[in-house]
Amino acid sequence: MADVLASLADIYTTIGNLLTRLFVDVLGASPELASGIIKFLGAGLLATSVLLILVFNIWFERKVMARIQDRIGPNRVGPWGIFQTVADLAKLFTKEIIIPDGADLVPFMIAPVISVMSVVLIWAVVPFAPTLIGTDLNIGALYFVAVSSLGVVSILLAGWSSNNKYALLGAFRGVAMLVSYEVPFVLALLVPVILSGSMRMGDIVRAQSIPFLVVMPVAALIFWIASVAEVGRQPFDVIEGESEIVSGYHIEYSGFAFAMFYAAEWAHGFTVCALMTVLFLGGWRGPGAEQIPTLGIVYFLGKTFLVYFFQVWTRAILPRMRIDHILSFSWKFLVPLSLVLLVLSVLADKLGQLYIPGYAVAGSFVDLLPRTALLLVVNLIVGGLAALWVAGLGRRERRRQEAALSVASIEGRAAQQAR
Amino acid sequence: MTITPETVAFAIMSVLVLGGGLGVVSSRNLIHAALYLALTLFGVAGLFVLLEAPFLAAVQVLVYLGAIAVLVTITIMVTRRLMGITENVNRQWPVAALIAVLAAAILGFVVISQFAGVYPTQAVPPDTIERMGQSFASHQGFLLPFEVASVLLLAAMIGAIVVARD
Repeated sequence: MADVLASLADIYTTIGNLLTRLFVDVLGASPELASGIIKFLGAGLLATSVLLILVFNIWFERKVMARIQDRIGPNRVGPWGIFQTVADLAKLFTKEIIIPDGADLVPFMIAPVISVMSVVLIWAVVPFAPTLIGTDLNIGALYFVAVSSLGVVSILLAGWSSNNKYALLGAFRGVAMLVSYEVPFVLALLVPVILSGSMRMGDIVRAQSIPFLVVMPVAALIFWIASVAEVGRQPFDVIEGESEIVSGYHIEYSGFAFAMFYAAEWAHGFTVCALMTVLFLGGWRGPGAEQIPTLGIVYFLGKTFLVYFFQVWTRAILPRMRIDHILSFSWKFLVPLSLVLLVLSVLADKLGQLYIPGYAVAGSFVDLLPRTALLLVVNLIVGGLAALWVAGLGRRERRRQEAALSVASIEGRAAQQAR
Repeated sequence: MTITPETVAFAIMSVLVLGGGLGVVSSRNLIHAALYLALTLFGVAGLFVLLEAPFLAAVQVLVYLGAIAVLVTITIMVTRRLMGITENVNRQWPVAALIAVLAAAILGFVVISQFAGVYPTQAVPPDTIERMGQSFASHQGFLLPFEVASVLLLAAMIGAIVVARD
C-alpha cells in the first residue's frame, strides 16, 4: 500500500519507469532505444496537449469575455456551450485552403507551420512538476526567447507571400511591435535569471521560496505587459486590426492554414501565462509539492489559469492602442524603466550581500526575507517614481489641451461678436 | 564509418547549410535569397547544438534568425528598386568569387595543416556557461575585449538613435 502511494506521489517517474520496463523487458529493446522511444512519445504527448488544451481555453476565454461585457457567450453546443470550439474546429477542418493569385507558394505554406512551431517548442523547457519537465536545458530562459523570436519570421513570411498590401502592412506593423517589445521582455526576464543565478528553468523555480512576484513586482509587471504585447492581444492587437487593415498578415489564409495561425496565437497567449507562472509565481511550488510531485502540476496549472484569467480580463476591457503610442510606450517608458530597475536592483543586491548581516541569496523562506525586503523597497521606489512621472506627463498634456481648447473658444467668441 | 544519430543530424544540418548557401547565391528573387540565408543560419545553429554549444545555438537563432534575417528581409521589402531585380548576377561577381575562393582556401589550408590525420578530441566540460560567464568577467579572461565590444555596440546604438532623430 505504501509502495502504491509512493508511486502515485511521483506518478511521472512511475509511468516513465513502467514504460522503460515495458520496452526493455517485454519487447526486448536496448535501454538506449527505449529511452529514445519514450522521449519521442513524451515530445508528441506534450505538443499535442498544448494544442488540445486550446479547445478548452478558447471556450473559457470567450465565455469569460462575454460575461465581463455583459453578454452570454457561446451557449448552443453542449452544456454552457462547452463544445463550441469542437464545432468550430470541425468547420475549419472542412474548409478549403485558398491560395491567392501571385502568392509565393512555399513561404505561404511554411509560415503557419513556423508560427505553431515557435509556440509549441517553448513548452519543451516548461517545468510542470519537480520531476516533470521536457528537458531542463541549462540555457532554458535563453532558449524560449530564441524560439519565440521565430514567430516574427512567420509573420513576415505570411505577410509578404500573400501578395496582398493589407497583409504586408499588417506584417510590418506586427514586426515593428514584436521587435520593440522583445527588449523589455528580455530585460524583465533577466530579473529571475539574476535572482536565481541560473538560466535553467528548474533552478529558477527552485530558487523561489518567496515568489519573484513579491521580490520584484515592477519587473513582473513589465514582463506581463511585454508578454501581452508579444502575443498581440488587446490593447496591443495592432497585428490584426480588423477595422484598420482588415485582418493583418493572415488575411489571405483560409481553412486549416488560418486555423494554424489562430491556434498559434491562442496557444501563445496561454504559453506566456505559463512562463509568467514559472518565472515570477514559483511554478509548481506549493504546499507539499516537493514531497508529492503529482501535486506540482495541479499548482502549476492553477496558477497558469489564474494568470490567463487576468489576461482575458485585460483583453475584455481595454481598447486597442494606436501603433505609434504602442511603440512609444515600449521605447520611451518600458525600456528605460526596466533598465533602471535592473541596474538599481543588482546594485542593491550586491550592496546587501556586502553590508547586511544575514543576507542570503538562496535558501528557505526565512533566509530570503532580508533580500526580499530590500529589493521590494527598491522596486516600490522605482515603480512609484515612474508612476508619478507618467501622471505628471498626463497632467501636463491635459492642461495643454485645455489651454488650446479655451484659446479656440475665446477666438470663436471674438469672431462671433465681430460678426 | 558507423551511422549514429549524430552523423545523421550532421548530414541534415550540412545539407541545410550548403543548400541554403547555394540558394542564396543562385535565386533570382531577392526575398527568396534572404529566406535561404535564414535556412543557412538555422543549419549553423543546428551544428552548434551538435557541438554541444547550446548557448551559441540559442544566440544564433535569437540574433541571426530573429533579428538579422528579419532585418535583411524588411530592408529588401521596403526598398522598391531591389524588389524588381531579376538578374542573379551583378558586375561585382568576379571580385566576390575571388574573395570566396581565397577565404575557402585559407580555411581549408588551416584545417588541413592543423588537423591532418589527427583528430584531437576532448570531452565538453559540463559547466560551459558558467566558465564562459566567468571568463567574460575576470581579468585573466576576456574582460577588456568584452567591454570594448560593449562600448562599440553602445556607440552603434546611440548612432542609430541619432540617425533616426534627424
